[in-house]
Amino acid sequence: MRYLPLTPSDRQQMLATVGATSIDDLFADVPKLARRDGLVDLPLAQGELEVERALSRMAAKNVSAGSAPFFIGGGVYRHHVPAAVDHLIQRGEFLTSYTPYQPELAQGTLQSLFEFQTQVALLTGMEVANASLYDGATSCAEAVAMAHRITRRSKAVLSGGLHPHYREVCETYAQFSGLEVRALKPTPGVADPIDIDNETACVVVQYPDFFGELRDCSALAARCHQAGALLVVVVTEIVSLGAVRSPGEMGADIVAAEGQSIGNALNFGGPHLGLFASREQFVRQMPGRLVGQTTDADGKRGWVLTLSTREQHIRREKATSNICTNSGLCALAFTIHLALLGESGLTRLAKLNHAAACILADRLAAVPGVRIVTRNFFNEFVVRLPIPAADAVTALTDKDVLGGVPLSRFYLDRADLADLLLIATTETATPEDIDIFSDTLAEVLQ
Amino acid sequence: MTGWSQALSVHPAAADETATLTGNRGLQLEEPLLFEQDSPGHCGVDLPEPPPHKSRLGGLERKSPIGLPGLSEPQIVRHFTRLSQKNYAIDSGIYPLGSCTMKHNPRLNEKLARLPGFADLHPLQPAATIKGALELIDTLAHWLKMLTGMPALALSPAAGAHGELCGMMTIRAALTARGDARQRILVPESAHGTNPATAALCGYAIDPIAANARGRVDLAALKAKLGSDVAALMLTNPNTCGLFEDEILEIAAAVHAAGAFFYCDGANFNAIVGKVRPADLGIDALHINLHKTFSTPHGGGGPGSGPVALAAALAPHAPLPWVVHGDGGLELVEHAAGPTAQSIGRLKGFHGQMGMFVRALSYMMSHGADGLKQVAEDAVLNANYLRVRLAGALSQSYPGTCMHEVLFDDRFLKDTGVTTLDFAKALIDEGFHPMTMYFPLVVHGALLIEPTETESKASLDQFADTINGLATRARNGDTASFHAAPRLTPRRRLDETTAARKPVLRWRPEPIRQEAAD
Repeated sequence: MRYLPLTPSDRQQMLATVGATSIDDLFADVPKLARRDGLVDLPLAQGELEVERALSRMAAKNVSAGSAPFFIGGGVYRHHVPAAVDHLIQRGEFLTSYTPYQPELAQGTLQSLFEFQTQVALLTGMEVANASLYDGATSCAEAVAMAHRITRRSKAVLSGGLHPHYREVCETYAQFSGLEVRALKPTPGVADPIDIDNETACVVVQYPDFFGELRDCSALAARCHQAGALLVVVVTEIVSLGAVRSPGEMGADIVAAEGQSIGNALNFGGPHLGLFASREQFVRQMPGRLVGQTTDADGKRGWVLTLSTREQHIRREKATSNICTNSGLCALAFTIHLALLGESGLTRLAKLNHAAACILADRLAAVPGVRIVTRNFFNEFVVRLPIPAADAVTALTDKDVLGGVPLSRFYLDRADLADLLLIATTETATPEDIDIFSDTLAEVLQ
Repeated sequence: MTGWSQALSVHPAAADETATLTGNRGLQLEEPLLFEQDSPGHCGVDLPEPPPHKSRLGGLERKSPIGLPGLSEPQIVRHFTRLSQKNYAIDSGIYPLGSCTMKHNPRLNEKLARLPGFADLHPLQPAATIKGALELIDTLAHWLKMLTGMPALALSPAAGAHGELCGMMTIRAALTARGDARQRILVPESAHGTNPATAALCGYAIDPIAANARGRVDLAALKAKLGSDVAALMLTNPNTCGLFEDEILEIAAAVHAAGAFFYCDGANFNAIVGKVRPADLGIDALHINLHKTFSTPHGGGGPGSGPVALAAALAPHAPLPWVVHGDGGLELVEHAAGPTAQSIGRLKGFHGQMGMFVRALSYMMSHGADGLKQVAEDAVLNANYLRVRLAGALSQSYPGTCMHEVLFDDRFLKDTGVTTLDFAKALIDEGFHPMTMYFPLVVHGALLIEPTETESKASLDQFADTINGLATRARNGDTASFHAAPRLTPRRRLDETTAARKPVLRWRPEPIRQEAAD
């Protein structure tokens, strides 16, 4: 077997050294009743060629996003990732290293995570950021739990404009923890009526919201702070922050975001990259790993994992979170891609996305029966169709166009949202793609 | 001034014959932060001019700069290549971190995970366009069901600790459904920190269980603590002392007799994969770290994947979404209704760590049923070989055979002035990544060694010879060299106390210096 270096004669010699007559001697502690002598009923070993053939066959049964005009977002965005990113993250020293517990052997990982933390803090307009969580949805649930620890209040108010998966994850996390999660009714295109009382730990709003709408959060932040609550701002399309004001500028206390858009593929929903940033005063309540700067025995600058007394391996049941493994390599991809973009590249990328969305919205608005619901947006918006959006998506798919997500996929009980279609575009859509989409939609609606 | 001190002040580095002008040392290259290499306006990506359009940002246009540095592609490639060269990795050598299962990461897995049919697939695409993805998920679930003997798999958890959360929530949901408000979780003292942290997240009180003199759960102590208030036992098996819980059938029977569930932390599944099915041990829920047993890369801290195998009593509570066999083939069920009505809900966005599923399935199919059994056998053989090769020099905590990892404590360092930490740092200078230190907490100054099955005999011999040599050196009183280690790494021992006391968690621009005239 190609992945096993021991030869049969190695095994014999080693068993002799150990003083065992057979490998079974080493499994003697396994109760006889539970041992299996034969093989599990699964196929036997295969070579690279056979495995590649089998999995390629499965992959070929999917329609990949790049093979059709593609306009799906909803928390995951298809951006171009420069070739250098994937090359660098596949260097074995990054790919096959562990969490940097021995800092002298992991300065590469630690320095790149320090750069990541700095980039995330700059982009979100916050003071500090951690070394990543699993994804945006779990970051959001961790933000709610952190607000609860800081304020010692038990209620979280979730805007109806929050991604429904994020809302559901918050509800799942909260169900046994004594937190009350109050999720407001989704109202595409209309602002939430958010009540804040003296039990409210935090208000969670998404920016741009799930329906693509951009709203200034400054007044809401002021209301939260007046009432002793925290404002959690969720960002699912992090590229937007290259074009619009940062959550930090608007008074956010915690930013929970999805970083997939920069450096990472769609991956059918995972692995993605949870970003988490906050004000410095809350850092000891943060979940997850933090990298800090220090000096070595010779006085040279270096980096270590720090403030680990927050974490499960030290604090056990009193830890701020149970998270251990996070999204290290996805964070590295983010850092490399954002380093390549830099200030001017990210700003231009964001403009390209916004321009494409504006052009697409104008084209779709000209299709008879289509109305744009979202007023101010970055690269994603909702349109109202004259037919159920799910039917339109099916008809578009039949014509090889991946044209958005029907809101009915998320809101089963909301007949009033059945005609709404969520559409996103990025720099990867060509003018021809936009033509094909609007023309095909017009055909479908005829 | 004497000539000696004059020489020292004129040539401060003269004592170090390897001092260089640049600070570089051969292949070890100093590298500043990205932010210190900024050429404002520069960019490593060529993007077209945006077409004319009327902004619809609603007056929220960003007005102040972000503060990101500008660099070209060659500078970026060099920066991250230099950083990578400051890392140790499984590709470089043995990485014997106990309980972490640092095995070889096959590159076939990387290649297949990047097939556009998997990587360039959006989770919200229409059902007709994702048939192969659901087939892959279902095939992975089948393999994991066969290997665990359990009837259901929850695939969405993103890592081991997330899998624990999933398993413990399904347990709490099952108890709640039968109107049983149990409050306590029993956790052995040797458990990973994630176990008590997870139980606390589910609103449970943690009750520790002592180990017996053989490093296993003390069955009598366990039975004494079991009662109508205990929701579950969380046990790692093989445990973190590298030992199989040989009374596990009695443990399971006692837990079930008390009306509680048996959760198993499957971090150490590599020791028994293909040899023993967790279902046959009486386990009700078990998470599997695909990034340990099934070779998906650790990536410097993730991403991982932590599917949970569930017994029939817990399966109805599995998190959403589910992949089920329907009339028209495989279906993705995203909402709680009908058979999924009792689900605990969603644990993460979308459908799980697909990229890890592809890698893990590629690995399992490569090994097959026969290869996976050999994996467990070789992992256990390698650990026992090291155990015996190190027996003369180190102090094994619990005598007898071990499973996939072997636990030593610091008795062998008694009166040498060398600590477990010093010993680990000395190993670094010899070119090895150290073992897990100071875990588990049940022995003093723990050194937990897990070689995995992907080390050759020659690699194990070299590692053992080095450790034995270092132990001799420690006994011979060469304390100073241990305290000074590591000396040959890009950075020597780092000041973690100051890092925590005065946290510097990000780069900030230097404040503009005031003119001397002020």
